[in-house]
Amino acid sequence: MSVNQEFRPKIVAFCCNWCSYAGADLAGSSRLSYPADVKIIRVPCSCRVNPMFILRAFEKGADGVILCGCHPGDCHYSTGNYYARRRMTLLFSMLDFMGVENGRTRVEWVSAAEGVKFSTVMNDFVEKIRSLGENVRLGDLRCKK
Amino acid sequence: MQRIGVFVCHCGSNIAATVDVKKVAEMARLEPGVVFADDYQYMCSEAGQAKIGAAIKEYNLTGLVVCSCSPRMHEATFRKCAERYGLNPYMVEIANIREHCSWIHKDMEEATQKAVILARAAIAKVNLNAPLQAGESRVTKRALVIGGGIAGIQTALDIADAGYEVDIVEKTPSIGGRMSQLDKTFPTLDCSACILTPKMVDAAGHEKIKIYTYSEVEKVSGFVGDFTVDIRKKARSVDEAKCTGCGVCQEKCPSKKTPSEFNRGLNNRSAIYTPFAQAIPNVPVIDREACIKFKTGKCGVCEKVCQAGAINYAQEDEIITEKYGAIVVATGFDTIKLDKYDEYAYSQSKDVITSLELERIMNAAGPTKGHLERLSDGKAPKEIVFVQCVGSRCSDERGKPYCSKICCMYTAKHAMLIRDKYPDVNVTVFYIDVRTPGKNFDEFYRRAVEEYGVNYIKGQVGKVAPQPDGSLLVQGSDLIDNKQIKIKADMVVLATAIEPNQGVRNIATMLTASIDTNNFLTEAHPKLRPVESPTAGVFLSGVCQGPKDIPETVSQAGAAAVKVIGLLAKDKLTTNPCTAQADELLCNGCSNCAKVCPYGAITYETRQVNDHGIREDRRIAVVNKALCQGCGACTVTCPSGAMDLQGFSNRQLIAEVDAICR
Amino acid sequence: MQEVKNRALALLKDGTVKRVLGWRIGENTYDPEPAFFESEEDMQTFVYNNFCAANLSKYMIEASKLEGKTLVCLKPCDSYSFNQLLSEHRVDREKTYIIGVGCKGKLSIENVKRAGVKGILSVNDTDPLQVETLYGNTEVSYKAAMLDRCHVCKGKEHVVYDELIGESEDTSTADRFAQVQMIEAMSPAEKFAFFQKELSKCIRCNACRNVCPACSCRKCVFDSDKFDSAQKANVDSFEEKMFHIIRAFHVAGRCTDCGECSRVCPQGIPLHLFNRKFIKDINTLYGEYQAGADAEARGPLTSFTADDAEPSVVAEGGTK
Repeated sequence: MSVNQEFRPKIVAFCCNWCSYAGADLAGSSRLSYPADVKIIRVPCSCRVNPMFILRAFEKGADGVILCGCHPGDCHYSTGNYYARRRMTLLFSMLDFMGVENGRTRVEWVSAAEGVKFSTVMNDFVEKIRSLGENVRLGDLRCKK
Repeated sequence: MQRIGVFVCHCGSNIAATVDVKKVAEMARLEPGVVFADDYQYMCSEAGQAKIGAAIKEYNLTGLVVCSCSPRMHEATFRKCAERYGLNPYMVEIANIREHCSWIHKDMEEATQKAVILARAAIAKVNLNAPLQAGESRVTKRALVIGGGIAGIQTALDIADAGYEVDIVEKTPSIGGRMSQLDKTFPTLDCSACILTPKMVDAAGHEKIKIYTYSEVEKVSGFVGDFTVDIRKKARSVDEAKCTGCGVCQEKCPSKKTPSEFNRGLNNRSAIYTPFAQAIPNVPVIDREACIKFKTGKCGVCEKVCQAGAINYAQEDEIITEKYGAIVVATGFDTIKLDKYDEYAYSQSKDVITSLELERIMNAAGPTKGHLERLSDGKAPKEIVFVQCVGSRCSDERGKPYCSKICCMYTAKHAMLIRDKYPDVNVTVFYIDVRTPGKNFDEFYRRAVEEYGVNYIKGQVGKVAPQPDGSLLVQGSDLIDNKQIKIKADMVVLATAIEPNQGVRNIATMLTASIDTNNFLTEAHPKLRPVESPTAGVFLSGVCQGPKDIPETVSQAGAAAVKVIGLLAKDKLTTNPCTAQADELLCNGCSNCAKVCPYGAITYETRQVNDHGIREDRRIAVVNKALCQGCGACTVTCPSGAMDLQGFSNRQLIAEVDAICR
Repeated sequence: MQEVKNRALALLKDGTVKRVLGWRIGENTYDPEPAFFESEEDMQTFVYNNFCAANLSKYMIEASKLEGKTLVCLKPCDSYSFNQLLSEHRVDREKTYIIGVGCKGKLSIENVKRAGVKGILSVNDTDPLQVETLYGNTEVSYKAAMLDRCHVCKGKEHVVYDELIGESEDTSTADRFAQVQMIEAMSPAEKFAFFQKELSKCIRCNACRNVCPACSCRKCVFDSDKFDSAQKANVDSFEEKMFHIIRAFHVAGRCTDCGECSRVCPQGIPLHLFNRKFIKDINTLYGEYQAGADAEARGPLTSFTADDAEPSVVAEGGTK
């Protein structure tokens, strides 16, 4: 597979306010770098993320979407990430079923203390999306002429 | 259209060294709705805030975007600043260009480009912000404690000492709980009653504490600060105001064949009874199931002998409705039933007992007056085997997956007390692990082994077989020496797992407090909010939240009390305005949102709506703003998009997505 | 099934019900359509034959707002949809009188055509079907003419009813998830090509949405401004894909797999595959669940367990 080094993917990261957003803050204050392709959207909880937001991101040209929340059992609202987990599992499975590369979507649990994990996850995800290339499948459908 | 001001912070060189702040401001000016954009050294400083204030005035701003450090750092600062200059605080959004940008990127061009996009997303969001008002709700300055054990008593005392009214509801005839059944307490070996009864008396005598014994919570409505609770005061058949507690009725009662709950069924009590001598209140109740008068209509001995004329057969259950600002659950525990553990012969032999039964046997007020004897023949045992972890740390569904936490210590206590009082008795303890993490706990256990010669064997007991001669053949394995062991014992004591009290599930349902698969109540956060339930205004004290010993229970009780006091000290509660809200024209009334709400904040009401000229009664979801914490679970469950979250609305989040992907 | 008609008429006459929700005879035996009947005269056109495939439960949402009781005829599989609507408070059980009508598999004229019959003039609903065509008379086996969904029948039991008329039969012969598995086995490129081909047929007529008993919002998100998705759906093919994914997602855990979406799609898109994929995943990951089987049950997306599968299970192939 040829990896296009010039390709700069658009990546949307939804982060819950209590754990993962704080984890991203910690990655920042620890100066743990990850590619600028990642743009974070703050949500109160992973359970706030509607599958429609994820599809919307793809519709608007995102190449990858990642959702980060508190570890299961540690949700600030006690149960939010459990619901998010089921929703995302089913959504990702459906995208996979429709032939969209399953590497383009991901869920990671990152706590407020896991700055290192946040940075590692983002580096890894960006690398994965770069290797997958531009989001042609969803893109194809986006501009039927 | 909003009139948005964008303020780009240099944060000294923290941002400005990697992000071209002038460029960010310049690009921001091109965004829709932006009428002003500027950069400054330190936006959070007094001068920076004054700059924001001046711009609000000069440009008539309706919204602010501050491109700076994390909102977790200064969102509150800039909200307050906005408010000070007459803007609604919720019209402020932060673009995090420090932690999420300048600090992690090295290339100036790249970082600037990203900062521009982050600013754009925040601007897109603010364009859709609406002013939000924090709501207020009143606080009833009275607390309810459910459960009158040591946890409930301590919580009530601490709350009452701070000057607030507290009611204790206890379902048995007396407060005191499990601790009143214990003989001695570890690791100091002081007598349980000696330290508990003064607290019971304090609670009973406290002018701020009202105790409802033989009573149960029947219905709970309302929310934090404003609960309404129905308490069923069961008919005692004895007038509490008249009874002097002389005890003659109990002596004379002809029905004396009911197993004593307090003594774990090891002996019998009368139909009219107080559970134990130091009961509070010292007023008996008539057990109507056992009472001859209630069963046949003939008898009435107690009425005849009562000089105070306190017996009242016609008494009926009474429902008391009271308002509370906070509710503490302190429902405690029981030991599990052993019917699934046939291998220990618990149901076959009277000499196989639980540790709690041993407490009663060793207690001077217990069924054997404190003499250690076999319940089958009254003989003094010479060989006693203790079995640990009966039903605790159990991998199958017979028992519990968790560690009951207290058994290692009380078994060491029992072993030590027996060896101290009866040095000729051999004591063997079969254990899986000995867990003694507590102040002076391991020292205590080591004394049992080293000073008192208790024989600890790492291994499990496979079978206890009653022998024809009345002894018990205990077969176990010694995992360290890797051999099978047989002991001919006179008595076997089972460290039976503890579980939350029956009925706690019902209470949790009434309170919409969440509960785990083991029936322990769930705390709001396992580390940071361990005494609060996720349901606002509901607090947890004692074993209802998880296995605990007495010192831990008392500390947790105090902690719960502090949380209650903190709540009751407020006259009004400010509610977070970032809550969910249902659009009545879109709501299907399908109930799915309520199912995922962790706070029980959603209810339904039938309401007449006017849907573009069509008037009809519809079932509509209603969010209680005082209970909603703003997680948003309901918004995604709602298929029609009727449920939306203020401050993080669907359109706001989609605008951010669009701005980033543009 | 004269018996259903007689009974419905009797209940209408004695005032037990104010109206009857059933099927009105069409031009041909094979095109009956859902209809309300309010009088004896109306009832002349009432029919219940083996072409009465339409699931009437969704009409009870509107009927529940009307004065008085409505009699509704529900086949065994329709009763699941009714139960699901009941659990979501969309229909009023008190205002419903359910006749559980017998069903031995419903027929589809499309399948008669698919069997190679051309120029159909008339057809009856016997076993085998007697078909009169421009080119003479012919026969088609009942099974061949049966709706695809009836080959994966949920069983002959009604889960909710007031009385039962007629016998039912479990007509399932095929594996419900065979088609889903066939697609799962494809390479991503093949899957993509398959769905691109199917979904490019979509004309956004909304027939699937209108017929679906689970897709019963007062106002669809695709018609409201809540997600900024309104009025775009028909101009952009990505939105088509998104529409069908979101539609399937919104009914996930609530879809009883009644198959009406595929039955009514004028373009013949196998829309039920989306729903069935979700059902298969739910069954695999969270335990067997049949929406509508129990009106008290909690749906799989409004419940969870602490040790649910992680979303990475998809990449690991655990949902295949």
